[in-house]
Amino acid sequence: MADATLAAPAATAPAAAPADQASRLRFNGWRKVVLLLGLALLWEGYARHLGNALLLPTFSATVRALVEGFASGELLARTATSLELLLMGYGAGLVLAALLTALASLSRWGAELLELLTAMLNPLPAVALLPVALLWFGIGAPSLVFVITHAVLWPVALSSYAGFRSVPRTLRMTGRNLGLSAPRFIIEILMPAALPQILAGLRLGWAFAWRTLIAAELVFGVSARSGGIGWFIYTNRAQLETANVFAGLLTIILVGLIVEALLFRGAARATIQRWGQEQ
Amino acid sequence: MGVTLRVAEPDPLLSLDGVTLRYGSGASAVTAVQDITVDLAVGDRLVLLGPSGCGKSSLLRAVGGFQPVDGGRIHLRGKPVGKPGPDRMAVFQEFDQLLPWRTVLGNVRYALQRGRGLDRATAGKRARDWIGRVGLTRVLDAYPHTLSGGMKQRVAIARAFALEPDLLLMDEPFAALDALTRRQMQDELLALCEQTGASVLFVTHGIDEAIRVGTHVLSLSPHPGRMKALIPVPLAARQRGTTAFAQLEASLQADLLGEADQDTAPPSGERRHG
Repeated sequence: MADATLAAPAATAPAAAPADQASRLRFNGWRKVVLLLGLALLWEGYARHLGNALLLPTFSATVRALVEGFASGELLARTATSLELLLMGYGAGLVLAALLTALASLSRWGAELLELLTAMLNPLPAVALLPVALLWFGIGAPSLVFVITHAVLWPVALSSYAGFRSVPRTLRMTGRNLGLSAPRFIIEILMPAALPQILAGLRLGWAFAWRTLIAAELVFGVSARSGGIGWFIYTNRAQLETANVFAGLLTIILVGLIVEALLFRGAARATIQRWGQEQ
Repeated sequence: MGVTLRVAEPDPLLSLDGVTLRYGSGASAVTAVQDITVDLAVGDRLVLLGPSGCGKSSLLRAVGGFQPVDGGRIHLRGKPVGKPGPDRMAVFQEFDQLLPWRTVLGNVRYALQRGRGLDRATAGKRARDWIGRVGLTRVLDAYPHTLSGGMKQRVAIARAFALEPDLLLMDEPFAALDALTRRQMQDELLALCEQTGASVLFVTHGIDEAIRVGTHVLSLSPHPGRMKALIPVPLAARQRGTTAFAQLEASLQADLLGEADQDTAPPSGERRHG
């Protein structure tokens, strides 16, 4: 089916799984709706059969908790807190990635530095840096921003640099032919030409950052007053409000899907799809 | 063929003096072209003709400043050529020389803004004019990926002409097109050159194209590229189907084929195509 083949290339990396779901929802939505309904029914049925709301609340109870959570404003506030931290870390990661990539594309030393750093630090899970972050920054937002920055920086730098390197030689020669200065050459030629890979990197970075943040919040969650959605899940588990725990999980999924579908798909449609650059 | 290989121009636009280009370094270095000496006057269209491996494209890139020279000198208007610049605008064979994220108008306008320092409005006006001259006004706002190969090359040509360079560099710009389009584009290019009096350095492996496009043809032998003959194309020979055309074609062909025969001898060592 044409629809299916259109959707398939979206799944380029394990972290792009939400993308896959979003695009399929768009392309042949009705099958997904049926499947989702089936899964919800299964959940509802099994939870009722189990009859233990502490272990597994019913689907309807979870939805109710979700609606109540948003109605009371708590879930919304928690989500906003998480997103705020996320954006700070994401922004810092992007700036650093841009600097590293620019350096790498300008000099051999910069290229070696980027290769070395990404090879060393990319495999290092961001959460593993939490103890160090706690030592350096203490319990609080700066520690979270630090680990999110780490989670974003390497995948974005890596894929942007790969994108820069794959810019066709003819296009580079055309840019040089116009006598562009180095910054203009990077901003006006290399960056748009590498946009497909840069966007892929941004998507990957987003997924990494979101996961890292939730995981980090679950570990130490800032403080009860200003905690994010991970903290919400953590405290509700402690209070045995299992339906709220599941409502928190659903919120994480929803935010991931919405950002993926609106932001990244939209950006791709407005740019690389329009310019025929999508691989 | 014993020919004088230098047109002694009193005041040449482009002057190549004993130019040698190499690939690689040390013992593995391969000479791409050797000792090329030729002048090009304003309004000349010099065609570098030869089989693949004669280094004609390397030579063009060296003139463009994209590649360093390993021996000899290249002067443009009496000054050594430096980094690439809009005074030597190039049109390449590959279709990906247009910026995919800019429209046809955007591509030409951007080049004028950056290469000539024009403001957006002035650049846009001149861009429209040149796009019209290559017959693409109706796709002004189209993105390159929606155009055919011939149209993309037309945009690249319009862009190069619009910048009014001292010298146009054309590296087999029609080689990836079908035969019919190629012929048509040759005629269009010729018309543009005649209107503007542009000076062109044109690289091709097509004898027919060389005679059609050039005012002078410099034929090169391969491995390494050496000058074989520099032949002025008489005005009478420029029309396909004329006796003069056929004669010139036959003589160039004999020239190049003679070389190709030698070339079929067992190759000594590794060779590369430049």
